[in-house]
Amino acid sequence: MTIRTDGRTGNGELPHPTPDTPHPTPMSSSQLTPEQLRQAAYDWGLTPYEYDRILEGVGRQPTLTEIAMFSVEWCEHCGYPKSRNVLRMLPNRSTRIEVLVGADCGGFYVTPELAVVMKVESHNHPSQVEPYQGAATGVGGIIRDIFTTGARPIAAGNSLRFGSLDDAYTRYLLAGVVKGIGDYGNSIGVPTVAGEIWFHPSYTGNCLVNALAVGIAPTTQLVSSAARGAGNPVLYVGSSTGRDGIGGCSVLASHEFGEGEEKRPTVQIGDPFTEKRLIEACLEAARTGWIVGMKDMGAAGVTCTTSEMAAAGGVGMRVELQRIPRREAGMEPYEVLMSESQERMLLVAARGREADLMALFHRWELNAVEIGEVTDDGMLSILDGGVEVAHLSAEFLTTPPRYDLPVEPPAYLAEAWAADLTYAEPEDYGEALLRLLAAPNVCSKQWAWEQYDFTVQANTVAGPGGDAAVLRVREAPPLGLALTLDGNPRLVYLDPYEGARLCVAEAARNLACVGAEPRIVTDGLNFGNPDKPDRYFQFREAVRGIADACRDLDLPVISGNVSFYNESPEGPIHPTPIIGMLGVLPDVSRTTGTAFRAAGDQVWLLGELHVAGSLAASEYLWVQHGRETGRPARLDLVREQALQDAVRDLVRAGVLASAHDLAEGGLAVALAECCLAGGVGANLALPQGLTAEILFGEAPSRVVVSLAPEQAETAARRLAEASVPCTRLGEVGGDRLQVEGAWNLKVGDLEAAWQRTIPAAMRP
Amino acid sequence: MMTRPNAGRQHDGVPGGRAGRTAAAGAEFPSPDPAGFLPLSSCRWGVVVFPGTNCEYETRYVLGTVLGQPVRFVWHRETDLSDLDAVVVPGGFAHGDYLRAGAIARFSPVMEALSAFAAAGKPVLGICNGFQVLVEAGLLPGAMLRNQSQRFLCRWVNLRVESTCSPFLAACRPGQVLRMPMAHGEGCYYADPETLAAMESRGQIVFRYAERDGRVTPDANPNGSVGSIAGVSNAAGNVLGLMPHPERASEALLGSDDGRALLAGLLAVPDAGGTPAFPGSGAGNEAGA
Repeated sequence: MTIRTDGRTGNGELPHPTPDTPHPTPMSSSQLTPEQLRQAAYDWGLTPYEYDRILEGVGRQPTLTEIAMFSVEWCEHCGYPKSRNVLRMLPNRSTRIEVLVGADCGGFYVTPELAVVMKVESHNHPSQVEPYQGAATGVGGIIRDIFTTGARPIAAGNSLRFGSLDDAYTRYLLAGVVKGIGDYGNSIGVPTVAGEIWFHPSYTGNCLVNALAVGIAPTTQLVSSAARGAGNPVLYVGSSTGRDGIGGCSVLASHEFGEGEEKRPTVQIGDPFTEKRLIEACLEAARTGWIVGMKDMGAAGVTCTTSEMAAAGGVGMRVELQRIPRREAGMEPYEVLMSESQERMLLVAARGREADLMALFHRWELNAVEIGEVTDDGMLSILDGGVEVAHLSAEFLTTPPRYDLPVEPPAYLAEAWAADLTYAEPEDYGEALLRLLAAPNVCSKQWAWEQYDFTVQANTVAGPGGDAAVLRVREAPPLGLALTLDGNPRLVYLDPYEGARLCVAEAARNLACVGAEPRIVTDGLNFGNPDKPDRYFQFREAVRGIADACRDLDLPVISGNVSFYNESPEGPIHPTPIIGMLGVLPDVSRTTGTAFRAAGDQVWLLGELHVAGSLAASEYLWVQHGRETGRPARLDLVREQALQDAVRDLVRAGVLASAHDLAEGGLAVALAECCLAGGVGANLALPQGLTAEILFGEAPSRVVVSLAPEQAETAARRLAEASVPCTRLGEVGGDRLQVEGAWNLKVGDLEAAWQRTIPAAMRP
Repeated sequence: MMTRPNAGRQHDGVPGGRAGRTAAAGAEFPSPDPAGFLPLSSCRWGVVVFPGTNCEYETRYVLGTVLGQPVRFVWHRETDLSDLDAVVVPGGFAHGDYLRAGAIARFSPVMEALSAFAAAGKPVLGICNGFQVLVEAGLLPGAMLRNQSQRFLCRWVNLRVESTCSPFLAACRPGQVLRMPMAHGEGCYYADPETLAAMESRGQIVFRYAERDGRVTPDANPNGSVGSIAGVSNAAGNVLGLMPHPERASEALLGSDDGRALLAGLLAVPDAGGTPAFPGSGAGNEAGA
């Protein structure tokens, strides 16, 4: 669900649920003893401490229904009890832009009339259990987070992490996840333009599926997610409610995977056709001005929307469960409240407009029923056939305790940092390059992204495969937006703080390479079990790294997601923060790609050619030596910023023909990728000699560019002003990539190595 | 380069309400053109919207803003198309494409009116899902199968113009190569050999997937379509369907404006020299990324 960046007041102190006149105790739908009810709470994931706190806060024995509601609202997925204190470090303001903060996603005003919103969300555990539906509903959920604000979804992206491609179950997961993302996103007509895939054995028992979406709205159509105005009707719209996904967030997402557990019934099933109608109907409704508030039913469905909308508005809500359309008979109240059936929304309508709104939804062939009303007592009152089954303070229900958990640096760190990184030079640098290009983390991901429609909506200026996607903004030409997702788990594993800073810097560098200026950040924080101090150390340090880097770059983290318990019996995943970053191009035609273009263009490296120790945490060490060790290079953000500013200026001025950020595989792989993208070769020489460290090292703050000879003087002047070092490496041309003394390889051979890996692995 | 003959005529912002309306987008129609549908200086377009259609906004944008034509959405329950000169059935997943692409959409109320519209010789263009719907409705011959790879594919492809019998192709010449994106999972065109032979003889095979230089090769066929067929017309030529998306390739900024030749084909007006001139510049295979 949501990272609260809005400085919400909930501080864990007990509220005062005692009304002036005593409220009758809600009816329990079962005849359970207090001990049995306590056991039910534990079964749903509440701890003894939390249950005692509930008893104290409610002031009486809670009903089974109420316990169910607490179990979902207080789980990590909804309430962030174990992360909220750490997340407070993240900056949520910027000096340059006006930031928009909502409960479901955040954004900023890209022009005075237009708002852009963005969010990333995980659907890891469901995807591991049922990859197709898990990934599809992940897309559906993040898209709803966007249009619930009144914004039209204009772009989607994803970050995926899997085990080794050699593993058959991993290939099953990859096929299912990619198809699930594609089928859902394609059907609803939102282009999937950005993404990345990483493979590492630590994800074998726990894949990661993080989905991101971007939306755009006229500022006059933005919709609040708070309920307001006692007497205003509460509407339920969209799909009917079934037993699918019950406990999805509290049971599935908030625990490690054990061995041999059957969790498939907790996975939800998606229906993109309903979602598409819901998008159109909700956006049409947002334009009417008849909506007071709107929220999508994601995790914890009816419980989450009713309690969080009421709490956000400081009001109460009375809801009759029997009015909720159902797809199954005989559902208990707690099942209706906990169901995670997809494609459902809760709306608060302006009194008197409910009939018009419902007619609007009916025209789109969607359910729309009035299920209750807003009240002024701050209490969430749930009725089942007129009998009250829950009566809870919305504020208390949505204010889980916050924990400061113990931290301890992981045992492996000291050893890794002290590791000796001197290895014999490879016998054949060209062979090493070909191996790297074929490595799953470096090779072409076209097999995946061509299953996503990246051109629908006709705004895609640059789609997947480059450093960042570029979209034009049809509502405000010649404005453009650029989008990237980045996260190198190896860097974070080997240095959680510095690695996270490096991920932020890389995302910003990717945007600079297409001529965009970074504006907002969303973070997907995927970690292991927070109750284990070494995992919590990784989490806290990574968040601190993101926070520091974003503050230094003046970037607000406007939304995000936390996913803990990403562990399997084989161990935890690598700590994996995903950085989603969006930037702005004042003129979208002033952009460039990674491709070398014209023969005779000069090839330059901007940034340091040789950085000692830069093979640490490199893909080269992993592919060539099977080692994952060393201390990642330090990031100098002042130099990084100077580099990015210079590259962005040069792109916008039309000086550069291409620009490509250096990442996994270092200089060698970046050069090869520029040739592959352009279908052209290059003749290059390195002035400081040849070493694996120079060719394959992964020091940050570096970009390969190409430019016409007549632009050389302009470029050199601008770079000198910014004190950005640059090295002329040679010229574009021919059909071979030649690096003097290292290799002379046909671009076709590079292409074959780079393209073959995933299609070969996925061949049926 | 990008020209916008009537820029500003319509604002294609986050779109206005449309379902069930008769004239969305604020495009006021000019007086009816007495000359019939070809050639026209201006053509009143309808863009059909089923629940699940997802290319209606960009199609309207290209027709209305890029080409400066009057255009309105046609909700799938509408039955009166008498105010229109031409209709586009755009891409998407009409009614979710459950069962089979286009299989449910053909029962939508608008389809009867559209059949009559087509039977009257008025131009109808089906793009991607729209093509699938027209095939299911029997307005175009053949059938659509799942891509041979069994996977959805989004790619830039090259189409060779095979025939210019259709009025939509008035601005194209045979052998010309048009570059535009495709994005579909059920685009493997099929027709039996006798049907194909008859279509061929009547010039109904309109586009084939090709290399950039126009050679039709197995590698250039992305979905296994019989004869590399990417687009076909009916016998009269007034109904045309294709799987790739001309509306996504109508501005150089997006990588190609070749698609404009097709959308603007109805608007082609022969000039003194007999060369078709139409809004927009660049049909041809020079346009590139």
